[in-house]
Amino acid sequence: MAQWNRSGYFRSSGSRDVNPDLETERQTASFSVERLTAILDGGADNTRTRRAVEAVIHSEPGFSRENQYFQSQNERYEAAVRRSVYLKEKMHQMGWTEDGPEIKYCYRALGGDLAFNVHRVFKNSILALGTDEQIAKWIPLADKYHIIGTYAQTELGHGTFLRGLETTAIFDISTQEFTLNTPKISAMKWWPGDLGRSATHAVVFAQLYIKGKCYGLHAFILQIRSLRDHSPAPGVIVGDIGPKMNFEHIDNGYLMLQNINIPRENMLSRFSQVLPDGTYVKRGSDKINYLTMIMTRVHILWTEVIPTLLKACTIATRYSVVRRQSKLNPGDPEAKILDYQTQQQKLLPLLATAYAFHFMNAYVNEFYNKGYTEIRQENFDSLPELHALTAGIKAIITEYCTAGAEVCLRACGGHGYSALSGLPFLYTKLAASCTYEGENTVLFLQTARFLVKCLAAVHSGQPIPPSATYLSSVDSGKCQARTSADFLKPDIYAEAYRHRATRSVKSTTKLQGLVQSGAEQHEAWNQCTVQLVQAAKAHCHYIVVKNFIDTVEKLRNEAEIQKIVKHLCDLFALHGIFSNTGDFLYAGYISGDQIDMVTASYLDLLAVIRNDAVPLVDAFDFTDESLNSALGSYDGHVYQRLYEWAQKSPTNKQVRTVGYCHGMWRVRALHTHFLLFTMTFSHPGDQKIY
Amino acid sequence: MNEDLRRERDSASFNPELLTHILDGGAERTQRRKEIEALVLNDPDFQHEDLNFLSRSQRYEEAIRKSALMVVKLRKYGIADPDEICWFKRCVHHGRAEPLDLHLGMFLPTLLTQATLEQQDRFFMPAWNLEIIGSYAQTEMGHGTHLRGLETTATYDPATQEFILNSPTVTSIKWWPGGLGKTSNHAIVLAQLYTQGQCKGLHAFIVPIRQLGTHEPLPGITVGDIGPKFGYDEMDNGYLKMDNFRIPRENMLMKYAKIEPDGTYVKPVSDKLTYGTMVFIRSIIVGDSARSLSKACTIAIRYSSVRHQSELKPGDPEPQILDYQTQQYKLFPLLATAYAFHFVGAYIKMTYHRITGDINEGDLSELPELHALTAGLKAFTSWIANAGIEECRMACGGHGYSRCSGLPDIYVTFTPCCTYEGENTVMMLQTARFLIKSYTQVCSGQLVSGMVSYLNDLSGQHIQPQQVAARPTAVHINDPASLVEAYKLRASRFVEVAAKNLQAELNRRKSQEDAWNRTSVDLVRASEAHCHYVVVKLFTTQLSEINDAAVHAVMNNLCLLYALYGISKHTGDFLQAGILTDAQVTQVYQRVKELLAAIRPNAVALVDAFDFHDNCLASVLGRYDGNIYENMFEWAKKSPLNKTEVHEAFHKHLKPKQAKL
Repeated sequence: MAQWNRSGYFRSSGSRDVNPDLETERQTASFSVERLTAILDGGADNTRTRRAVEAVIHSEPGFSRENQYFQSQNERYEAAVRRSVYLKEKMHQMGWTEDGPEIKYCYRALGGDLAFNVHRVFKNSILALGTDEQIAKWIPLADKYHIIGTYAQTELGHGTFLRGLETTAIFDISTQEFTLNTPKISAMKWWPGDLGRSATHAVVFAQLYIKGKCYGLHAFILQIRSLRDHSPAPGVIVGDIGPKMNFEHIDNGYLMLQNINIPRENMLSRFSQVLPDGTYVKRGSDKINYLTMIMTRVHILWTEVIPTLLKACTIATRYSVVRRQSKLNPGDPEAKILDYQTQQQKLLPLLATAYAFHFMNAYVNEFYNKGYTEIRQENFDSLPELHALTAGIKAIITEYCTAGAEVCLRACGGHGYSALSGLPFLYTKLAASCTYEGENTVLFLQTARFLVKCLAAVHSGQPIPPSATYLSSVDSGKCQARTSADFLKPDIYAEAYRHRATRSVKSTTKLQGLVQSGAEQHEAWNQCTVQLVQAAKAHCHYIVVKNFIDTVEKLRNEAEIQKIVKHLCDLFALHGIFSNTGDFLYAGYISGDQIDMVTASYLDLLAVIRNDAVPLVDAFDFTDESLNSALGSYDGHVYQRLYEWAQKSPTNKQVRTVGYCHGMWRVRALHTHFLLFTMTFSHPGDQKIY
Repeated sequence: MNEDLRRERDSASFNPELLTHILDGGAERTQRRKEIEALVLNDPDFQHEDLNFLSRSQRYEEAIRKSALMVVKLRKYGIADPDEICWFKRCVHHGRAEPLDLHLGMFLPTLLTQATLEQQDRFFMPAWNLEIIGSYAQTEMGHGTHLRGLETTATYDPATQEFILNSPTVTSIKWWPGGLGKTSNHAIVLAQLYTQGQCKGLHAFIVPIRQLGTHEPLPGITVGDIGPKFGYDEMDNGYLKMDNFRIPRENMLMKYAKIEPDGTYVKPVSDKLTYGTMVFIRSIIVGDSARSLSKACTIAIRYSSVRHQSELKPGDPEPQILDYQTQQYKLFPLLATAYAFHFVGAYIKMTYHRITGDINEGDLSELPELHALTAGLKAFTSWIANAGIEECRMACGGHGYSRCSGLPDIYVTFTPCCTYEGENTVMMLQTARFLIKSYTQVCSGQLVSGMVSYLNDLSGQHIQPQQVAARPTAVHINDPASLVEAYKLRASRFVEVAAKNLQAELNRRKSQEDAWNRTSVDLVRASEAHCHYVVVKLFTTQLSEINDAAVHAVMNNLCLLYALYGISKHTGDFLQAGILTDAQVTQVYQRVKELLAAIRPNAVALVDAFDFHDNCLASVLGRYDGNIYENMFEWAKKSPLNKTEVHEAFHKHLKPKQAKL
């Protein structure tokens, strides 16, 4: 974006030539934006570090993503590789380490538009599943990028259901080798990131066979490309799986193995080992495997999913105070579209949701760290809860964020549909999250299974994991609110959500009923899954509301901020009731009159939060470069930016596209023009960098 | 054919062809459609590489090539019936927009309806022969739905008898018109007309923008492509900026309003006719909602029959994912919705043709109502189809995210119709305005007719919650007609609530607009409830027209599922109004699950009945033969990243640095 800065329109958050419509929004903030930013960052020190990193990254034209929306799949992949290599150099130069605080800020500044993301998963899996010797052998090579790794689990025919994977690894005692094979087309590894073009090595999951007996899934390290010329190893068929909805910068790949022999030492053997004579030895518990999966889930929420919703909210909210349309009062100028109640109803609950999810960060991390410590000490008691909680929370957050980003996109009208709004990019990125790292319905059902067990524990008087203790408390039966104002009391709405979750979970006792009436367990389960998913959602929704309330309480020393965050908390909770009235009306917990009170309070809150909407998105503190949006930049010069940026589109590089000949319609070949401009246009910074 | 799919088809309880005939409007029409599609499918001129592997410029070029060919071939084959042209075009462009859309769909028709005979003589034949290619430039960068806000000016200069066109601000730059960026050499431009120092409002002008022959922009014209979008890669949506650009007086479309040579403005007779065009376009969008959702359902349901995953019963082979209740719960309500919307589209089209028959005889009385009601239906169906397509994509798991599934493309092609031709929320509010008007009419003692006649029951404001509460036993959840009544009650209640809240805001002495804004959430809800009622009603009505018993049985289940699923998603509305009891709500949930199981054996046949040719579906996951995995591999091998065995990024960026890191 360096070029843009010179044009005068395009400035980062630092400079202040701001559209007056945005400026006035900022002047009336009810709280200190800077203070809220610090809270969101987890302390002012973090904010400082983050901004320092962003300053370094954004001052380098080599990291610019200005052309991103114009690039083909090939170009985006190449740019991501170039950027990643450059980032490693930069980090080295700055003294930032792989496990330092800066790296996540680099990722944030670059919008995750980097290659080799699965390389880290490759390393983590070796660290978790490998013996000390294996770690000593492979990790230094990976750290120095002498090898580039990927993690090949998913197959063409199997994803979430791991036992169904079909790749085989057969141990041959005579040669002391495993022979890996892809026995049929559906067994081909499919989707792993970095596999298509980049990786030289892969951790491959395969069914282990010794002397004809299957021992289940195990992980093997396998070289797939030459370290010299990068050509595929013999017997390896590998390539890119083709264009996707997004993630064009990542070479998701396929991998077919034909009689690949690897030494015995290449099976990751911390928890199970094959001895030279073919004896299979199991050591300790491999439950820690789950931990890698849980860790990845938690990680993507904070790096990929939640920030993406925050960005979408930032763009849509800023645009909605710049865009004017129709008149609210005759004689007035056209109104800002954010002044329309319908626009507020689209965006402000999402803003509240963004905050609700951001605050889940601390909660889940605390949960995770506690569990991690215990599990490291071979105490697996909290694992089921940790697994159930992260599964459900991943599902609810990805589902809401995906739907939310799409609402933001459409709330920007036609301009939201332009790639230059940044919103299609953000949405399509989120759209993948509902199916990767565990398909959401499957995850909700895992949470539901946990809840059903907890409920059984309640009935039999056994201890219940902390996140589900509410199932054993006494139900009040009726909502106690008498006025609209009562619905602004956290106790009142927390109780309503608790009631709904309890009732939903309890309604699954029908499952037991079915089983008792003779239906087979699995059939009964399938018959109840729609209901079980709803119960899991109600449970997760309650946890998010509860955590939001707790977060508000902790802000007691920040009066102004506590006030606005409390409004957001109220809005999040009341919007949830307003959108699911049936769940609360059912069995008379909330009356029809009370629903009208909820609606009234909810609509009033929209008008209140409206006044702080822009400061609330400003507090997320995304740089213009990381938003990469013509509609959402800090200065609000939407139309100029859109116009200037569009002119840089490749489609405008040739003036003439169609020619005429004696009145006959002819099409002129464009290839030459197109090739010419891509050579001169796509990587303006190349010369300087290398 | 894949074994699973064969078994599904063999076990269907009805003949899908009969259902196809119903969707097409008769067996003869199905046959004719297939003949027309065959003309395209068997024509080597229309073959091309998979568009997923082409750049935007290449896709644009391919689209232009095919469009030009299409125009030539349509004329060669003598295809002139609008439906037949539509079938042909849909098959050529796979339902995507193409650069000549605005020329064929807006420029030519506008010439026919708004140009004088003299103007038609000048422009129509050259346009017909594609010497003139026109776009229709209405939307500006800063203004879309609110037409009065458009800023482009056309100032009449009597001295030279010319209009001077200007884009006075950045926000006034024309932005978005299809075909404007690169393809067109003319545009019909909507601008505020100034004459004798007065603004006369929006009028349409024919503006040449590029030199015939060289195709270079004319002096005073800045024109180009607005850049990449979510979808619409084939379309050169464009911008247009005019600086003191002069056109002769004769270039204003003057069939209705006129400017005399001296600058005197002559007012148009009637502007109701423009309603007709809008209604027509909306009927197309509702049809598109149905078609796009049908495509997505076809892909997801076929894939779900071929994909096996996990286990239902320990030890058994992995089941088809369509056997999971959660998968059925995602897909079957959408399947029912696709059918429902199809019937709504057919209804609007039919009503439009009936009423426009009246227009020619001078009776426009029904047009405002149809205009108001179709606004909401456009919004209602497009919102739901939009979400439904994504639901289908996610139901295909990871593979749905690959472009080989075809689903991302269907989605990005469809989703802009939530904002174009009237932003959906604004559309909902237009319908609300009509509902409130009708309600007020009823309150003042007049009866209303048509789709809003149920409001007549509200006369005397006797619909109180207590009173409705006396009704619950009246709803029979297995009787579609009774469910129509339930939806009707819900709509009445929401219209009434919105009207009363609006009145309450007005009583607080707020301006009309302010009060309206503060009630708009209620108003949108009323519109949605009304549209939902209309859809349930039209689906139910359709049932009585199905003669084949087997088809009727299946459609009856789908109709019930549509109605009951809608209730289960909005139980609060029905409970709060006392239309249903808690016990009935529980029954509804249960009945929905039973219907899922009942529809399951016919699911594949029901999507087969949509009768999309593989070429039009353009989806590896949705192939008729179900041979998915082999073909995904074949498809991926053609990906641009696989053009070379070792990607150049390795040599350029990675190799030189690898040792140093």
